[in-house]
Amino acid sequence: MFKWINLVIKRLMIPLLIVTSGVALVAAAEPPAPPTDFRAEDVPGDAGTAIDLFWTLSPDDEENTKPRKVLRYVISRKEADHKDPTYENIGEPTYRVNTFRDSNCKTGIPYLYRIEAVGQESLTSTPVVISEPVIASLQWFNLQRSWFAVFVFLICGSVIVFIEMARRGKTLKIRKIAGLEAIKDAVGRATEMGRSCLFIPGIQDINDIQTVAGITILAQVAKTTADYRAKLEVPTSRSLVMTTARDTVEAAYLAAGRPDEYNEDDIYYITDEQFGYVASVTGKMVRDKPAACFYMGAFYAESLILAETGNSVGAIQVAGTAMPTQLPFFVAACDFTLIGEEFFAASAYLSGEPQQLGSLKGQDFGKLIGGILLLVGCLIMTLSAFETRGEKQAEKSQSFLHSAQTYIKENILGKGGF
Amino acid sequence: MKRTIPLFISAVTGFVLIATAFIPKFVDWGNDAMAWFNLLAAFAFVLGGGNLLKMQLQKISAQQPGWGYSAVTLIAFFITLFVGLAKVGVHPNVNFPEFAWSGDYLEEGSVFWWFFEYIFTPLSATMFALLAFYISSAAFRAFRAKNTEATILLIIAVIVLLGRTYASEWLTGGFSNEPIFGENGITYSDFKLDHLTQIIMEDFTTPGMRAIKIGIALGVASTSLKVLLGVDRSYLGSDQEA
Repeated sequence: MFKWINLVIKRLMIPLLIVTSGVALVAAAEPPAPPTDFRAEDVPGDAGTAIDLFWTLSPDDEENTKPRKVLRYVISRKEADHKDPTYENIGEPTYRVNTFRDSNCKTGIPYLYRIEAVGQESLTSTPVVISEPVIASLQWFNLQRSWFAVFVFLICGSVIVFIEMARRGKTLKIRKIAGLEAIKDAVGRATEMGRSCLFIPGIQDINDIQTVAGITILAQVAKTTADYRAKLEVPTSRSLVMTTARDTVEAAYLAAGRPDEYNEDDIYYITDEQFGYVASVTGKMVRDKPAACFYMGAFYAESLILAETGNSVGAIQVAGTAMPTQLPFFVAACDFTLIGEEFFAASAYLSGEPQQLGSLKGQDFGKLIGGILLLVGCLIMTLSAFETRGEKQAEKSQSFLHSAQTYIKENILGKGGF
Repeated sequence: MKRTIPLFISAVTGFVLIATAFIPKFVDWGNDAMAWFNLLAAFAFVLGGGNLLKMQLQKISAQQPGWGYSAVTLIAFFITLFVGLAKVGVHPNVNFPEFAWSGDYLEEGSVFWWFFEYIFTPLSATMFALLAFYISSAAFRAFRAKNTEATILLIIAVIVLLGRTYASEWLTGGFSNEPIFGENGITYSDFKLDHLTQIIMEDFTTPGMRAIKIGIALGVASTSLKVLLGVDRSYLGSDQEA
């Protein structure tokens, strides 16, 4: 029986295997077809250091073929004026990719590019070379950011104009912000109870604008604590924030006429580590039971741990941050929350200085521009949807409305716009 | 002078960096400014370390409440500083075997690495894990149906909570694609919890978040201008001495 099976394997199966593997080898031995329409373009709005390459995929680079006939593309480059005819490999994008950016170009040098498709067993297609050399040129102004420049000019200009108007004595009406009105009440309560106020300026360094905004609010809170003779403590998670906060609080106590009440040891550094800082501050909250807690700055996961601990010790809590993901936590756990722009408006609001209040009107002008853009965009999108209703996706006509919609999306609202 | 010079430096640096955002040739200047900041921050570490020691020593000497924690902090600080600086347990770099200290202080198996891996990381993870309990207690308070708004919030929260779990499939998975009214109208499956969650997140939450983000962007621009123009100088302290 075994003898018979051995005989079948030797006489029939082994020759069959050899034949089929030979067929497979012959099939895999073919190099893939080359990509077509290979072209290169200078990257717009850059410092003259990059060139974009585009090509149409090799006809053998099919989506669901197994084994793949094209495994990758090899892109090479040489300087057009150079005598050395050899191309230098600059990148190997994978299959189904039809663009590549060469970011290591020298400005003003003409380059020639070559592309080859690489298949099984490293067999390469016939190389395709671009027809004319391409030069990476330097642009002094990034035209792709033109709309962004327009908005920066409009918004910053309006802030400056309103500040100037306020300086000249124009009265500006500012709506009441409940969270900021509560600061005085919270400090007053702390004074009555004989407990301290805790101010936490976030966990980011002074180069974060939220920390700067937090410190400017600290200046106003410190003035209030100096007036009420309440104790203010500021634990920080960054050394530079500590030194800045010390200067700010010292100036506030001086302005309030109580320089002797200022104690620099009340503003201290704990650690840069997020959860180490949280452990220390929450421990202090539980031990000292502050009557008022202010959280003003950039916060991450620690926001709710801090706010819930403050809540559990019965403190009045006011929070302000521009971290959208942390806002719901503060809203849930604090008595008052300054949401986004209110947080940045707080310093101006609390100081009451006309020129600072002028900056708030500038912000309002920015919102007006944003609102108009939103309305125009919605209107164009809606009308465009009505116009192309019933047409299939591929047949959608390039009408004025459709072009306007694309232009707004890609330029005015895109990366280079609002 | 104490305020004028920093104000001048910040104004010049700030306006130059705004301009470089539009000039590709100088777009890297922002990174250079950041490198300068990191340099300053590194020096400030010494300041922070000194303050930490001072505060903890004061607490221990005055035996303030919780002074034991200060002792633990100081012991941990000095031990970590020693094993990090002395590179305890670090092998020399293969390229410089004659120099005992040439290895990386974070090398796997070194004492510093061991502290990081088996003390620091679990302690951080423990603190982070506490968040789960805090979320529960905050949610319990926030979702009490005290008034109309709170009731709406509660209903939406329940839909999103269930819609993001398998409960959605379990409770509403059987809703058919049959239209409720007419042929092209709303179907029963439109009321599946995961679909309702998607609508809430995409049509209500996203626009709300975008509105907040626009406000934040304008606030950032306004605050930056106030700082650069010297309208708000409170963060610079006082020209006078206390």
